[in-house]
Amino acid sequence: MSGTALDPRTAPTFPMAALTAMGDTQLRKNVRHATDVIQAKRARVVNEMPDWQALRESGKQIRQHTMEHLDYYLEEFEKNCTAAGGVVHWARDAAEARQIIVTLVKGLGATEVIKIKSMTTEEIQLNTALEAAGVHAYETDLAELIIQLGHDQPSHIVVPALHKNRQQIREIFKREMNLPELGESPQDLADAARTFLREKFLRVKTGVSGANFLIAETGGVCVVESEGNGRMCLTLPETLITVAGIDKVVPRFADLEVLLQLLPRSATGERMNPYNSVWTGVDVNGDGPKAFHVILMDNARTEILGDLEGRQTLNCIRCGACQNACPVYRQTGGHAYGSVYAGPIGAILTPQLQQMHHSQSLPYASSLCGACYEVCPVKINIPEVLIHLRNKVVKQNGMLNPEALAMRMMGIIFKSEGKFRAAQRLGRMAEAPLVRKDGRGQGWIGWLPGLLGGWTQVRDLQSMPEETFRDWWEKRESSKKQGVPRG
Amino acid sequence: MSRQISGRPVLRVSLFITCYNDTLFPNTGKAVVRVLERLGHTVDFPAGQTCCGQMHWNTGYQAEALPLLSRFVEQFRGAEAVVVPSSSCVAMMRDHYPKMAEELADVKLKAEVAELLPNVYEFSEFLTKRLGLEDVGAYYPHRVTYHASCHGLRNLGLGDGPQRLLKAVRGIDLVEIAGLEQCCGFGGTFAVKNAEVSSAMLAEKTTAILNTKAEACTACDNSCLMHIQGALHRQRTGVQTVHLAEILAGDEVGA
Ligand code: SF4
Repeated sequence: MSGTALDPRTAPTFPMAALTAMGDTQLRKNVRHATDVIQAKRARVVNEMPDWQALRESGKQIRQHTMEHLDYYLEEFEKNCTAAGGVVHWARDAAEARQIIVTLVKGLGATEVIKIKSMTTEEIQLNTALEAAGVHAYETDLAELIIQLGHDQPSHIVVPALHKNRQQIREIFKREMNLPELGESPQDLADAARTFLREKFLRVKTGVSGANFLIAETGGVCVVESEGNGRMCLTLPETLITVAGIDKVVPRFADLEVLLQLLPRSATGERMNPYNSVWTGVDVNGDGPKAFHVILMDNARTEILGDLEGRQTLNCIRCGACQNACPVYRQTGGHAYGSVYAGPIGAILTPQLQQMHHSQSLPYASSLCGACYEVCPVKINIPEVLIHLRNKVVKQNGMLNPEALAMRMMGIIFKSEGKFRAAQRLGRMAEAPLVRKDGRGQGWIGWLPGLLGGWTQVRDLQSMPEETFRDWWEKRESSKKQGVPRG
Repeated sequence: MSRQISGRPVLRVSLFITCYNDTLFPNTGKAVVRVLERLGHTVDFPAGQTCCGQMHWNTGYQAEALPLLSRFVEQFRGAEAVVVPSSSCVAMMRDHYPKMAEELADVKLKAEVAELLPNVYEFSEFLTKRLGLEDVGAYYPHRVTYHASCHGLRNLGLGDGPQRLLKAVRGIDLVEIAGLEQCCGFGGTFAVKNAEVSSAMLAEKTTAILNTKAEACTACDNSCLMHIQGALHRQRTGVQTVHLAEILAGDEVGA
C-alpha cells in the first residue's frame, strides 16, 4: 500500500482489490492474528455482562432517537458549545471542512499541528490538504504514527495499523526515527514513540481532533482512547480544532453511561477506556487551550438520514467490532475496501457517503453471514442495509446486463410450476456434456462457463440427479393411489 | 377427531422443499418425508411450490422476489405446519416476508403472512421446538461433524438443537469442528461475485473439517454443503457432506 490516501472515487472494485490484498501472506497472517485476539478479548468482557443485550437495545434507542431529531440536537449542541466559549462552524462537505480547518490554522500562523486519531480527518483527507497549505500534521496516536511514518493507510477504524506486526513496526521506526539500535519489545517501541512524540506535544501550539461524541446538553466533546496521547493534544496546545460528522451528537451527558459501556468493550475488549476526556468550551483563566473550534460536517450524512432504510448506518459509534468479526475482512484486511471505513461498516457507509456514485461493489463484499449484526453494540442490521444497497445498485445497472437478464429469467421461471419443471429438464440436458462420473457413479462438473466460472475455480459441482424431488413424490403418490406397495 | 401418537397429536405437515433441494438434493426431501412419517405424521407436498425468493432478494432483485411471496402464501395457506429443510430459506421468509407484504401494500396478504409465518419451521427446529424431540430413532454409524450454517445460527437461533438431535443418533461419532460459528463463505451469489474471498473462507472451513477426521460434514442447509462439498471433492478428500435430515432418516437394518 502506497502513501496515496484511500479514495473510494478512484479505488478498484472490491474483488480486484481483494485479489491483490490476498496475495500478501504477511498481511493475511497479521489480520487473522489481530482480529482473533481482539475478538477473544471482546467476547470475554461482553460475556461477563448480564445485561449486554439490554444495553445494546438502549444504545440503539439512544442513537435512533438522536437521528430522528438530529436537527434539534445539533442546534442545541451549537448553542451550548458557543455559550461555553467554543466556536462552531458548519461544513456541508469534505472540501468545506478542509477549507475551514486550513484557514483557521493559517490564521494562527501555524506550520505544524498535532493530531489525535480521527477517522473523520482521514475521510476528508485532511493531512494532504494541510500539507498542500504548508502545514505539517503529526499523528500522535501510536497506530496512526506507524501509518504516517510508514507512508501507509489505515486499515481498521480502531486499530489503523492492524495489518502490521511488531517486526514491521520496528523496521518503520528504525528507518524513520533513525534508530538503528532499536529493540523489538513492545516496551522498546513504545519508548521510541514516546520520545519522538513528547517533543512535539511540548512544541506544537495547535491540536486537531475528531470526536467520539458531541454532547448536545452541555456542548461538550468526548474522546476516548487508550494511550493518553489524545489527552496531551487536548490539553497542551493553545488552540484546539475538532472536526466531527453531524452523526456524532448524543442528547445528554447521561447517555454516555450507556455508550461508554458499549464502546470500549466492543472496540478493544476493555471494560473502560484508560482515558475518557470530555471538554466543554474554554477556560481563559485556567488550564487547556484558549481557543476551541468545532467543525460540524455533513458530507452526505443528511442524504443518508433521508433514506429510511439506510439511516441506521448513522447510528454507528465506530467501535470496529464488525470488522473484527467479519470473515471477509479477515481474509482481505481493510485496504481492499478502498476507504478509511473498511469491513462491514465500510461496506454500507462508504457507498452511501459517495451517494451511490462510487463503491458499488462494496455492498456485495459480504456473505451476509450476520456476524457483524450480532456484535454491533448499537444493533445496526448491517445485512439488511447491504441488501437495501444491493437493490440500489441493481436499479442503477439496468436490466440489460447478463446477470440481470439471468435473474429476470429465473424470476419468470419461478412464477410457474410448469416453467420450473421445464427449466430443471433443460438444465440436466445442458450440463450433460460437462459431467464426469466418479468411482461411486456420482456425476461432477469441474468447469463452468461465464459468470459461473467463479464457482468451479476451486470447487466441483455435483451433477443434477436423474429425478427431482417432485418427480419422485408424484410417482410415489400415484403408486399409492394404484395400491402398489412402495419400496 | 384428532389422532395421537403416544399422547402427541398427529400433524399434517406441508413440505416446502425449496427450489434447489428439489432440483439438486431430492434425497434430502425423501429423508424429511421418511423421518416425519416414521414419527407418525403425515406429509403433503403442494405441487405448485417453487422458490422462496432468497436468491433474488439477497442479490438486490427485489422486484423479481416480490411475486414469489404471494405464490408461497397461495400454496401453503391454511397449513398446519410448513417444514423447510433449508435454514437460509426460512430466514428469508421470517426476516423479509412481512416487510415484502408491507411493500406490496396488500392488507390481505400481510394478514395471511402474519398468520402463516409462525407455522413455518426449519426441519430441525420443527423436531426440537414444535415436537419437542431429540431422539427420532435414527441410526448412523459414522464419524460426523456439524457445520452451523449462519442463517440457522444467527437468524433462526437454532442454538444447539441440531447437535442435540445428532447426539441422540445411535452409532454416531459426533466431533465438534473448530470455528463452529465461522461462515463457510458460500453467501449465495457472493460465491461467484467474490470467488477469491469465498474460496479463502472455504479453505479455512475445509481445513477445520479435515482436522476433525470426520467421514461426513452435516448441516441444516444444503447450499452451504454444496459449496463445502465442491471443495472436498475437488481435493479428492473422500469426505462427504450430508444434510441433517439424511442422518436422521438412517435406520438400523433389521432393527
Ligand atoms: S457498525 Fe456497529 S459494530 Fe460496526 S463499527 Fe459501527 S457500531 Fe461498531
